[in-house]
Amino acid sequence: MASPTPTTSRRRWGSTLAGALILCVMLFPLYWMLNTALQPASGLLQVDPVPGSLDLSGFSKALDDQGGHLLTSLVVSLGAVAICLAIAAPAAYGLARFGLRGSRTIVFGTLITQMVPGIVIANALYNSYVDLGLVNSYFGLMLADASLGIPFSIVLMRSFMVSIPGEVIEAAQMDGAGPVRTFVRVVLPMSRNALITSGLFAFLFSWSDFMFALTLNTTDDVKPVTLGIYQYIGAHVGDWGSVMAASVLSAVPAAILLVLAQKYIAAGITGGSVK
Amino acid sequence: MTTSTVTAQAPAKASGKAAAPGPDRLRRRRRLAQWGFVAPAVVFMLLFFGYPLVRNVVMSFQHYTPETFFTGEAPFNGADNWSNVFQDALFSKALWHTLVFTAGSLLGQFCIGLALAVFFTRRFPLGGVLRSLILLPWLVPMVVSGIVWRRILDQDTGVLNSFLDALGLGGHTPWLTSPGMALLSVILVNIWIGIPFNMVILYGGLQEIPKELYEAASLDGASAWRTFRSITLPMLRPVITVVLVLGFMSTVKILDLILALTDGGPADATQTLGTLTYQNSFVQLDFGAGAVVGNVLILVSAVFAVLYLRANRTEGK
Repeated sequence: MASPTPTTSRRRWGSTLAGALILCVMLFPLYWMLNTALQPASGLLQVDPVPGSLDLSGFSKALDDQGGHLLTSLVVSLGAVAICLAIAAPAAYGLARFGLRGSRTIVFGTLITQMVPGIVIANALYNSYVDLGLVNSYFGLMLADASLGIPFSIVLMRSFMVSIPGEVIEAAQMDGAGPVRTFVRVVLPMSRNALITSGLFAFLFSWSDFMFALTLNTTDDVKPVTLGIYQYIGAHVGDWGSVMAASVLSAVPAAILLVLAQKYIAAGITGGSVK
Repeated sequence: MTTSTVTAQAPAKASGKAAAPGPDRLRRRRRLAQWGFVAPAVVFMLLFFGYPLVRNVVMSFQHYTPETFFTGEAPFNGADNWSNVFQDALFSKALWHTLVFTAGSLLGQFCIGLALAVFFTRRFPLGGVLRSLILLPWLVPMVVSGIVWRRILDQDTGVLNSFLDALGLGGHTPWLTSPGMALLSVILVNIWIGIPFNMVILYGGLQEIPKELYEAASLDGASAWRTFRSITLPMLRPVITVVLVLGFMSTVKILDLILALTDGGPADATQTLGTLTYQNSFVQLDFGAGAVVGNVLILVSAVFAVLYLRANRTEGK
């Protein structure tokens, strides 16, 4: 392409302007969340379009009330990511490389799990959790949240590991490495990107989880922030400032991940769903 | 898609095998080790997806009461749960709401998502940044989005009504508090949530369409609309199927958003199969009735899962 003439360049910036407008409309609710959080005094009244002064009392109240729940969310999500990767990565490798009889059926089954509604899982799981004493436990919630990421991670990592050159793996085997060594020393480092993408999504799925938090907990012992905020609006209807401040805090990981790991996220959405 | 992998693997394995002494025992041992990689995932998925499916069918024939969790007794009661649920007017209402909610959400998400995807195929400064920032609403926990919208849609002090008021367009719409409006409002919010996902996948599909096709079309003097209809849409079809079916499966079972926005109200105007399952099981503690509704929900999804797998096969990747 030649250097743009003034008209095409103007048209291009016109597109930028249109794109920015679209973005403003799409992100307005999130702006409004932040804006409401910064006006805790407005309570149930109308909120000004921009905060008049920097009032962070909503945030400090939200941190007091929800700080522990944020921490719970973090612990549960990290645990879920660990479980998810520990189970999904070897399986993805096995399904991609070993040519086991039944691999097809397993991949097929993995895709099918996407159609099982979470509430149906919760319905049965709650009863088993009662029997196993896993209700109101960190480990129980981590396991349930890991189920949100495992099928996705298997599909994503498998489609990546299929494309690892066979010679690399053969070379490792020639050197006398067993399947476990080959997997840990060769396959995992080469699949770094797929691992990061899977881990990120497993984290986001678990962090956003509300259903398992709601159904698998009967006490306040293990309460992630999604459940905390939901119960907050029931109890503090008038205090929208701190509800919104808590919402902002709960959205922070998503925002950070989007900025830091943008390419992984785009790759995950397309890779995990289309393939 | 699996076949190609298997055949590509075969030579590698044959060469490794030849060198090994006592081939049968060694081979069996290696097979066992290989299954060790896959087995934990299979067991996990059987426990967390397979078992609940079976257990829900069994539960739908059992009588659960709040006492069940102390006594551990849930006697079988034939088809009582099923007939009770089917006779309840709320069930058919919830089924209808589910279909309207799903169809409305998908239609809106898809059309706007496609329009934005096409828009972002233009090359312009900051295009990539703007495109990726649009993902943000999709990454925020859904229950949080629901709560934010609950504030925005508040009849008296919400910003949407203030805005409409300022434009002289009424501004007293009871978005979430009138039974006639609530379902529509919930759909609108869900469209907002789903746009980024649709946009990203469709954008990816658009990038795969060979540029030469467009060049040829423009040489032939085809109009923009004609090009879109005769090139873009047909070439995009496999991706469109995938995005719609995935959208269907995640929309039909939605629970978080509706609980956060309306709790199924007002006057059950936004009860869906998902919320009804929750209500039956976890509010009324009638897990048998919850299981019945859940089974219907699975049945509805299963029909579309078949479509999904077909789409996956024709995709051929």
